[in-house]
Amino acid sequence: MNFWERISAIDRRILYLLLALVVLLPLIVKPKISVRVSEPVRNAFNAVESLPENSVVMISIDFDPSSAPEVQPMLIAILRHCFKRNLKVILTGQLALGLPIGEIALNQVAPEYGKVYGKDYVNIGYRPGFTAMMVGIGREIRDFFKTDYRGVPLDSFEFMRRVHNYHDIDLLVSLAHGAVADAWIMYAGARFNQKIIVGCTGVNAPGMFQYYSAHQIEGIIGGLQGASEYEALVERPGAATLGMPAQSTAHALLIILLILGNLGFIIARRRGRK
Amino acid sequence: MLKRNIPLLIVLFTALLLIVAFFIPHKPFGDLESRFLNWYAIISGFTFLLGLDSLTRHHLLKVIRKEKGWFYSLLLVLSLFATLGLGLYSWVRFASPFALRAPFMWLYKYMIIPLQATMFATLAFFIFSAAYRAFRIRNLGASLLLIAACLVMLGNVPLGSSIWQGISQFIHLIFPKTDPDALKRVELFALIKDWLMAIPQAAAGRGIGIGLALGGIAMSLRIILGIERTYLSS
Repeated sequence: MNFWERISAIDRRILYLLLALVVLLPLIVKPKISVRVSEPVRNAFNAVESLPENSVVMISIDFDPSSAPEVQPMLIAILRHCFKRNLKVILTGQLALGLPIGEIALNQVAPEYGKVYGKDYVNIGYRPGFTAMMVGIGREIRDFFKTDYRGVPLDSFEFMRRVHNYHDIDLLVSLAHGAVADAWIMYAGARFNQKIIVGCTGVNAPGMFQYYSAHQIEGIIGGLQGASEYEALVERPGAATLGMPAQSTAHALLIILLILGNLGFIIARRRGRK
Repeated sequence: MLKRNIPLLIVLFTALLLIVAFFIPHKPFGDLESRFLNWYAIISGFTFLLGLDSLTRHHLLKVIRKEKGWFYSLLLVLSLFATLGLGLYSWVRFASPFALRAPFMWLYKYMIIPLQATMFATLAFFIFSAAYRAFRIRNLGASLLLIAACLVMLGNVPLGSSIWQGISQFIHLIFPKTDPDALKRVELFALIKDWLMAIPQAAAGRGIGIGLALGGIAMSLRIILGIERTYLSS
């Protein structure tokens, strides 16, 4: 086996090792990078920014720990943005396993801005049957959530007394790793004209562009890059910004390997023909 | 006969009621839709119990019969009930399993999050290796896919921006009349990525989406009209 044939068929264990190295090094060295803010993320930011004080933002945790490294930084950045602008936050979730992540983020961010549970934000928890719930909130949120996640009646919270359906929710944020964001767009957006922004994993982001270009959603925060852009906009660099150099080097390594692998493939094929 | 026809009639009747309720959101139909939705949510909740029963039964049988991998099944069953137990204890002791000091949250933070994150992170290695092997320029289609993938990858990370800064300086060296700052601001890789996402990718996505929706409608009609009856078999 000559050099080019070897290059076009590198052992997978070497690939794993190379990837591990190029991901680890930037995480250790922590180089500083500048972030370019894309239009979909800027529009998502502007959708929150344009809300007047005391507007109600419903954040739905539609991801679980597997996607948390990508989506959790978005949640933290959006919570910071909401609390900085004195918006009221309702946290819910369509994945039972994801909801504690939301609770962890709330408990991390709320004290930074001196926000109080019940006065500035509530966690209404999870109910099974998400499509039914999405349509049902169009009528009355209490049909599905009579209490918050600890069993406290919703009407005990002052700002929740004026929240009945989508008319009273100024913006919906779906942080999703699957098809739940599509369901929000179909059931809350299309049927009740609910303003929605979507934060999702890099893998899911392409699927959201069709809704974005049709103006069915206000903005998209896609993957770790999107999260780092939102962090840049709220001027609080966090886990996503920290992770971008690692993602950059991983992409660079893959591109270099693809070029080398294809060169090897072409040369080996030509030699084979001769 | 009755065993088959009565469920079919229930499906037909319910579907017709739901369709009518959707288009006439006033009493009594509007209330009916809400009622159906509540039932749906309740039934969805009960599916968790079915899942729990099925999972436990399957793995307990594996443990009892000492089938291959029985030890993992035992671990699964023990973990399942330990999580359930801690969740119930946290509920009673702290009013919610999600209370930050609750043992359930300890399990969640230090077991579930790292385990799931590790599983997902491991995928990156497989995808990396698979991409390296699959992206070969065997024909025009594959070549276009490879070029698009590379451009999206470059446009998606700050590295692409840095590379473009270098390229714009190089262009300025060859063509001194060009404005280097204006060239840098163009961010060509990011622009191409945005275009690829917004136009060709979204077009393909819409095609797939419309196909899926039509398939869904066709399947729903088959079920409502009783042509599709596989859901009746036990």
